[in-house]
Amino acid sequence: MKKIEAIIKPFRLDDVKKGLSNLGIKGMTVSEVRGFGRQRGHKEVYRGAEYQVDFVAKIKIEIVLEASMVPDAMKVIQDQARTGEIGDGKIFVIPVEQVVRIRTGESGKEAL
Amino acid sequence: MDTGDTTFILICAALVMLMTIGLALFYAGMVRSKNALGTIMQSFIIIALITVEWILWGYSMAFGPDKWGVIGGLEWFGLRGVGMAPHSVYATTIPHQVFMIYQCMFAVITPALITGAFAERMRFGPFLLFSLLWATFVYNPLAHWIWGDGGWLGRLGALDFAGGVAVHLSSGVAALAAAILLGKREGFGTEELRPHNLPMTLLGAGLLWFGWFGFNAGSALAAGSLAGSAFVATHVAGTTGALAWVFMEWRVTGKATTLGGASGAIAGLATVTPAAGFVGPISAAIIGILAGVGCYLGIMAKNRFGYDDSLDVVGIHGVGGVLGLLVTGLFASVAINPGGADGLFFGNTAQLSIQCIAIGVTIVYTFVVSYTLLKIVDKLFGLRVELRDERSGLDITQHEETAYNI
Repeated sequence: MKKIEAIIKPFRLDDVKKGLSNLGIKGMTVSEVRGFGRQRGHKEVYRGAEYQVDFVAKIKIEIVLEASMVPDAMKVIQDQARTGEIGDGKIFVIPVEQVVRIRTGESGKEAL
Repeated sequence: MDTGDTTFILICAALVMLMTIGLALFYAGMVRSKNALGTIMQSFIIIALITVEWILWGYSMAFGPDKWGVIGGLEWFGLRGVGMAPHSVYATTIPHQVFMIYQCMFAVITPALITGAFAERMRFGPFLLFSLLWATFVYNPLAHWIWGDGGWLGRLGALDFAGGVAVHLSSGVAALAAAILLGKREGFGTEELRPHNLPMTLLGAGLLWFGWFGFNAGSALAAGSLAGSAFVATHVAGTTGALAWVFMEWRVTGKATTLGGASGAIAGLATVTPAAGFVGPISAAIIGILAGVGCYLGIMAKNRFGYDDSLDVVGIHGVGGVLGLLVTGLFASVAINPGGADGLFFGNTAQLSIQCIAIGVTIVYTFVVSYTLLKIVDKLFGLRVELRDERSGLDITQHEETAYNI
């Protein structure tokens, strides 16, 4: 089993979610994060005082899925999240040791 | 007694009280979220603290029987003698108590204004003590000098319709003393000390603007044409102040900001305050523009001098107070208010020098006494929070509360 962590632009979330749903991926966790890579931040001005704000708002999507589905999932995320502008984000794939469904106690693939 | 006047002044008193709440929100939105409650609490608690001070000795000191033109006696301690019948001098068509409670709201908001200068770093107990002492030894005398029956500045002919001397200039100067004495916040100039909730600030600014009609128009102390004239002057100055600041900022930084709009409006409203009942609408419009530009520049000066007046009390109320008292000496007209005088632009050269005396005296007296009081409280109890408390924030360290539990 693998975990995909994807950092994407917030306004792409709905399309990414629909695309993953169509693939059969039934669950995900989403968090609001801040970050930067090559994308610059922006300037804010309050009563003449300038602030360079480096961190940009992003959405992090976390899904755990069978290894066989990873390539398709990555393609869907890339297709839906890409805008062509700097700051589109990144996808990380991480191995997962164990998964348990809390309500039933199922583990492994059945718990996904 | 006139029921119309009494109704009007009671409502105005409520409007001015609302201004202190508006101020709390205006300031709170501009500080970091860890200090939101601490900032609001300072204004909120001052309503309670200074009201009690006012009904015990404050009103008597400010408006009570005059001693040598300098202060009122304590004959009216606990509002003894302040009853239902009108006072023969202060407001002849409303109950004396109504005049007293209206003035109470002015006494309340003035020390609250100063809190902007030491935002995010003052200990709560010492803050209460300083505010109480300041109200007693700065506000009360100043109010007596300019508005008291027999007060020497009023006798001299200084014109101050609703609070250039006692409210804006005094709080602005005290703010400077406090900013200098308390020192800069950690990270000032290097870190991002950004407003955490500008919608809250704008709400506060709106409430202040709304309440200002009570502040300025109510100072006519009667429901009539002078109140109407002051209302118009107040509103117009607020609007041109906002426009002037926004356009200036747009020109200088490239963008018009919400905070700029709010700040410009407040600058215009503060500056027109001493002039409101003496000037016409076009004069008020010009005054607003001067305020927007002048206070904007005043805030830029802060960056040059390097003091941390966190929420720009000096730049807006200090500069606005000086400017407002000066333009009163320029634009005042007896055609608007026969009870006043003509200013320079209406042929009277004397008024401007009287205004300058009022300005000079207020600045010197306020700075000396404020600085002294701050020093005393600092020596006794310590004004500033510990650095680690400043880092954790006032909400948690001074009040054991969190503003936003999400």
